[in-house]
Amino acid sequence: MRITVASGKGGTGKTTVAVNLALSLAAAGRAVTFLDCDVEEPNAHIFLRPQIEREETTGILIPEVDDDRCTYCGRCAEVCVFHAIAVIGTKVLVFPELCHGCGSCAYNCPEKAITEVLHPTARLRWGKATGEGTPIAFGEGVLDVGQAMATPVIRELKKKGLPAEEESIAILDAPPGNSCPVVETMRGSDFVLLVTEPTPFGLHDLRLAVQVAREELGLPAGVVINRDGVGDDSVERFCAEAGIPILMRIPLDRRIAEAYAQGETIVARLPEYRERFQALYRRIEEEVGR
Amino acid sequence: MSTAPKQLVIISGKGGTGKTSLAAAIAHLAAGELPIVIADADVDAANLDLVLHPTRLESHPFSNGLVAEIDEEKCISCGLCEEACRFDAILVPDRTGDPYGIDEVACDGCAACVYHCPVEAITMREPQVGEWYLSETPYGPLYHAHLFAGADNSGKLVTLVKQQAKLRAMDDGRPLVVVDGPPGIGCPVISAASGADLALIVVEPTLSGAHDLARVLELTDHFGVPALVAINKGDLSEQQSAAIEAFCRERGVALSVRIPYDTLVTEAMVAGQPITAWAESPAAQAIRALWATIKARLGLQGKE
Ligand code: SF4
Ligand code: SF4
Ligand code: SF4
Ligand code: SF4
Repeated sequence: MRITVASGKGGTGKTTVAVNLALSLAAAGRAVTFLDCDVEEPNAHIFLRPQIEREETTGILIPEVDDDRCTYCGRCAEVCVFHAIAVIGTKVLVFPELCHGCGSCAYNCPEKAITEVLHPTARLRWGKATGEGTPIAFGEGVLDVGQAMATPVIRELKKKGLPAEEESIAILDAPPGNSCPVVETMRGSDFVLLVTEPTPFGLHDLRLAVQVAREELGLPAGVVINRDGVGDDSVERFCAEAGIPILMRIPLDRRIAEAYAQGETIVARLPEYRERFQALYRRIEEEVGR
Repeated sequence: MSTAPKQLVIISGKGGTGKTSLAAAIAHLAAGELPIVIADADVDAANLDLVLHPTRLESHPFSNGLVAEIDEEKCISCGLCEEACRFDAILVPDRTGDPYGIDEVACDGCAACVYHCPVEAITMREPQVGEWYLSETPYGPLYHAHLFAGADNSGKLVTLVKQQAKLRAMDDGRPLVVVDGPPGIGCPVISAASGADLALIVVEPTLSGAHDLARVLELTDHFGVPALVAINKGDLSEQQSAAIEAFCRERGVALSVRIPYDTLVTEAMVAGQPITAWAESPAAQAIRALWATIKARLGLQGKE
């Protein structure tokens, strides 16, 4: 089972829900993998406190030109959609920050003058978070500062980190927003859990997130309402109209806000929530089975 | 007039730190003193219009990049495109039961497949992925945009919105552009922050707020944009607020105010009003002080 936890915007408690769901399932003895796909600002580690066992560099393959072979014919620059390679006189310039690593230049070079080399853009960190029950397999991507392309890093993180076994549970913490990195995180999931606040801002973002999950990707989705009690009932009305199930409500509770501020999880502060998050998972199973 | 207008960009590591509420309040205060242009650079989830109630004057289509398209008639199902594509964007009959096709969501528009196809069955096209608008608000012209769900690279659209706002400010001789930035530190934020005269970074006093702040500051440093930090809901955790303040001092970053936790802020938001126009609350007072600091930092002359 692969579950992406997303929200139109950050700050709605998305990471809180993802982390507490993972901890509650692990406490019940389930094999859980947690991937923090918010590679711009990964912060699930603050709550899960994993022991990092392994780190690796990831990036994209960018062209490197062999001057001895190159005839400066200009074909590489012609095929590059992203203007990441230019031929000026007897010099071939590569602009790594523009390159998407597609390989077209190397493929089309008539002289076989191009080799592709790794240009690092992020680090992947792997480890284990041990709490109650089974240890959680943990992975996160950390985008290097000044690097703009999150999507390839997420793709790599998923490729390497997702478990093959059917019965294990993977929880993917998506980045905020609704653009490409979020879509990449959701792709291939069995279910999208959308965390929202019952306010007009929450609704606005939820609407977009639902559009991405259901219409764009055709995935089943459900909602967790966080800070239930603030704001108005516009989110509920929307969910009823759109036929999106509300799977859980987390009330506005100062104890939860305080726990969050200290980097503590809900289930650590309020253990009774463990059962509630396990129930959330059963609801997700029902929805997926439908 | 052609003097360059000042650009204030309001950003935060994560969304949900009250950034948009603050941006609306700053726009409200600024507009009371000098003519401004507003840019909503959060094109993934533009929220500012919920508070500013814009009247739309113009809409323009936005397209960005290409996607591949396979001509079923020409395709001989050789599978070479799938081997070439590094973005898993080729839909394969084995898995879909349909002829070879393109997963438009995954397609990066690189055109590599075009060169690998032996029968020229693949072409590239340029779909519209969003729209940008000029609107009128009570506080000045607003440039904003909407990126269709799932579209890539909002950075380009952010740059476009900002550019339009700046041109307008130059044309009208408006001395300030207030930019509500997107969350995160990725491409859209880089686009929003680059070229700004001052970045107002909004954080919450939480452990992850402090963590995000460090990343955002790395980014503003990287692009040489001076920063000012405001702690929103500063009284929620004295310990974390103090830690953030200490961190800012250490980094030599100006720390302006703590904006107190104030339930009227949510009320104003639900009512669709900037907090400073809604009630003279503790948060509104703190934001007034913050605006005075911003004005001084940008060397703007407003009437008092
Ligand atoms: S295509 Fe190959 S030979 Fe031609 S300019 Fe580029 S690198 Fe040189
Ligand atoms: S790998 Fe692709 S994007 Fe990069 S330079 Fe070559 S053709 Fe351009
Ligand atoms: S254009 Fe590039 S990303 Fe799109 S299908 Fe072709 S090879 Fe794949
Ligand atoms: S390379 Fe061309 S002919 Fe071969 S499967 Fe792809 S589209 Fe069809």
